[in-house]
Amino acid sequence: MTETAGHPLQELEKVVIRFAGDSGDGMQLTGDRFSVSSAIFGNDLSTVPDYPAEIRAPAGTLAGVSAFQIHISDHDILTPGDSPNVLVAMNPAALRANIRDMAAGSTLIVNTDAFVDRNLAKAGYDENPLADGSLTGFTVFEVPMTSLTLEAAKPSGAKSRDAERSKNFFALGLVSWMYSRPAELTLAWIEQKFAKTPTVAEANTLAFKAGYNFGETAELVGGPFTVKATAFKPGTYTSISGNTALAWGLVAAGQLARLPVFLASYPITPASDILHELSKRQNFGVRTMQAEDEIAAAGAALGAAYGGHLGVTTTSGPGMDLKSETVGLAISLELPLVVIDVQRGGPSTGLPTKTEQADLLMAMYGRHGEAPLPIIAARTPGHCFYAAIEAVRIALKYRTPVILLSDGYLANSAEPWRLPRVDELPDISVAYATGPNSTDAEGRDTFLPYLRDPATRARPWAIPGTPGLEHRIGGLEKADRTGAISYEGDNHELMVRTRAAKVAGIAADIPPLDLDDPDGGADVLVLGWGSTYGSIVAAVERLRRRGRKVARAHLVHLNPFPADLGDALRRYPKVVVPENNLGQLTALIRAEFLVDARAITKVQGQRFLYSEIEAAVLALMDA
Amino acid sequence: MSDVSVPLTTKKDWASDQEVRWCPGCGDYSILSAVQMLMPDLGMRREKTVFISGIGCSSRFPYYMNTYGLHSIHGRALPMATGLAVSRPDLDVWVVTGDGDALSIGGNHLIHALRRNVNLTVLLFNNQIYGLTKGQYSPTSEEGKVTKSTPFGSVDHPFNPVALALGAEATFVARTHDLDRTHMMETFRRAHDHLGAGFVEIYQNCNVFNDGAFAAITAREARPRMLIPLVHGRPVRFGVDDELGVVVDAQGQARIVAVADVGEESILIHDERRDDPGLAFLLSHLARGPSEPTPIGVFRAVERPDYGALLNHQVVSAAERLGPGDLSDLLASGTTWEA
Repeated sequence: MTETAGHPLQELEKVVIRFAGDSGDGMQLTGDRFSVSSAIFGNDLSTVPDYPAEIRAPAGTLAGVSAFQIHISDHDILTPGDSPNVLVAMNPAALRANIRDMAAGSTLIVNTDAFVDRNLAKAGYDENPLADGSLTGFTVFEVPMTSLTLEAAKPSGAKSRDAERSKNFFALGLVSWMYSRPAELTLAWIEQKFAKTPTVAEANTLAFKAGYNFGETAELVGGPFTVKATAFKPGTYTSISGNTALAWGLVAAGQLARLPVFLASYPITPASDILHELSKRQNFGVRTMQAEDEIAAAGAALGAAYGGHLGVTTTSGPGMDLKSETVGLAISLELPLVVIDVQRGGPSTGLPTKTEQADLLMAMYGRHGEAPLPIIAARTPGHCFYAAIEAVRIALKYRTPVILLSDGYLANSAEPWRLPRVDELPDISVAYATGPNSTDAEGRDTFLPYLRDPATRARPWAIPGTPGLEHRIGGLEKADRTGAISYEGDNHELMVRTRAAKVAGIAADIPPLDLDDPDGGADVLVLGWGSTYGSIVAAVERLRRRGRKVARAHLVHLNPFPADLGDALRRYPKVVVPENNLGQLTALIRAEFLVDARAITKVQGQRFLYSEIEAAVLALMDA
Repeated sequence: MSDVSVPLTTKKDWASDQEVRWCPGCGDYSILSAVQMLMPDLGMRREKTVFISGIGCSSRFPYYMNTYGLHSIHGRALPMATGLAVSRPDLDVWVVTGDGDALSIGGNHLIHALRRNVNLTVLLFNNQIYGLTKGQYSPTSEEGKVTKSTPFGSVDHPFNPVALALGAEATFVARTHDLDRTHMMETFRRAHDHLGAGFVEIYQNCNVFNDGAFAAITAREARPRMLIPLVHGRPVRFGVDDELGVVVDAQGQARIVAVADVGEESILIHDERRDDPGLAFLLSHLARGPSEPTPIGVFRAVERPDYGALLNHQVVSAAERLGPGDLSDLLASGTTWEA
């Protein structure tokens, strides 16, 4: 079925396709299968889903629209694309919810069977947009997908109600033909996925083939097009989402540290998939505990860390609020704890399924007392793997809680990821204390639980079960060295400063800033952190193609900052910081380095488009 | 859990070098002493023993034990103890908590630790008052309690910790009091030896903010008439000459009766191993508070696998079934392709 005889194949550098339908229409599955075909075909790609917070919002309404966007390219890309070239709309609500993102001249493929009065009304259309001229300027392909699917699926014997559910495979077949995706992979996958329900498998297969053949024979839709394979760095690749990469990073970190992973978590969107993934990994010695609440999750993880396990807790913003007291205790106890915040729109319940980067200042300052801790932020889905290992490395080496920031966009978007060679990953193991570390006034061996390693300022990790090292720790201020309770003022100041110095000292143990300024002497530095990476890189490339001198850097370590950040910031006349908040990193670097950094902000629950960053940087450069 | 090679210890070995700083006359002293005296008998090693507490007067307890100890944050001893006990089943983990710590700010964790049956020994010091914050009413204070925060009397209805634990599906539930070292030691030993969560409510006198809260039942001369010892397999009887007993009437109510009036054969036989917690619950509600004849001892002791053992069994069997995890295989477990 890869033959396209009679149709000249048109080459594209890249294409952005959005599948949109009702949340029951299987759009995520459709998009995911299209991604896999494209990945195996050899394209670089980036995907992002957009689905409602409600499990089953009323069918046919705007609230129930679920979409999946994929960007495929013949070259290296880092974002799911700005404006889609093609929108597949399975019903009026899907069209209405997505049309504003479509540029003039782009293609709309609509399921005309769904454009009936009832659905139009549910979507809030007074007139049928297919008939009222409002879509002038778009290339509209009207395809009666439901009825064609029902007709095609007849031989399967599926009841019409069930056969109708195969219409997403019709759409997938159609778009697969349009973009010359190999059909065999998807057909094989359908066989395997629906092996237990042969009727459904047959209906889906027939629908997919019907869609594919419709494209080829009806000549109503454009194409076929192709996007040539990308020149990837050689290696084995897989498609990975941020949440999976993060979970695998934790499994890897446990292996690299030679410690059993103990994850305690409470279900919360968009972090739950990390719990789900790790719960499957018991054969790696991973223990997962679904705690009674966010507080218990943090507490159990810290209890496990006290016992010498790799204690991890995962959550999103509301859970971070609840965990903060336990994180403060971990700072006082000086025990390793990894706290993962998959950020979402806030405050309060906010936008559970939408992305935001507005927890940075909470991570930095959201505890009572002087309570600094290291902060790491992942920048791409695949980078979540390495960010998890780095968070664990720092937590173990410095015996401190570490906050790892991901976000809803990273969590759910996916990209091809080159599998690392396991033997190239770092050894991050640390040693437990095994015996006395000092002598007392009478010359007897003694154990001082708060005697520090002179290089790292970390205290010994003396786990219960170790003979001779019995000691008591807690959240009350400790006396230096002995760890005994101390309310003495000078000691408190010493301990506050020592804990801060320990965290600040990590700057000597992290890579320098990844400054990218090819020609040197750029007019502006675009500084980012977290998931804005892809959009910033794309925007900066476009600015450079315009002849603009633009430097770029992206922070993975947000506390402490790389040691050379201040020098870099002062080197450029202008510094701009795109972030999905109201300027939190901007505030931090202004305070820390006294530079006049300007924020480019977006808080719409959506990632930045690169064109938005491009335009905002241009405006600031020319201001 | 005993280990033949465990060295013999004495009470002194289990006491840390820290000066005990509870108010003179506090009931906590006798509880600490009972625990320290019991430890040599349990056959445990000091380094394998961990005391974890929350916040409150009682939660200073770990500092006074020459073991591993963790003084955590208010209400959160149980989650931390759960994480430790589950990840380190080789340890003997004790939780020391109070009525505010366990029943107010940490109430959620108590019920969940009990239903999970985490392998812990939980000592709840119930003095029916907030001592460390200097005298506010607690979730076990009686209605009408006049305190600094309730100058016109509390309008809160109190928790009954034993009833709460039974309702939370606890497998071991007991009550003792700070004036009877022998009873405390025996109760703690039973709770400790129980596989799973051993929950003990200890009536503990706060001589500064709530002095005499339990005197009506725990004073030596009051005990025969006011404490109803629960002994497995024995009729529930008390009184100076065991002249009183407990019956469950036709309406399903537990009542105190004169044994002579109903006959010995009518007296309830205590069965702590009953799977159904109903009778234990009836007994927990026999007294409306520590001013009426009150059962002490073990209300319930049933067997149910503990959470940590079940989880650790899954981990072990997963490795047996699937083979030990291989990271390279995991990374390549999705659809892969070569470039």
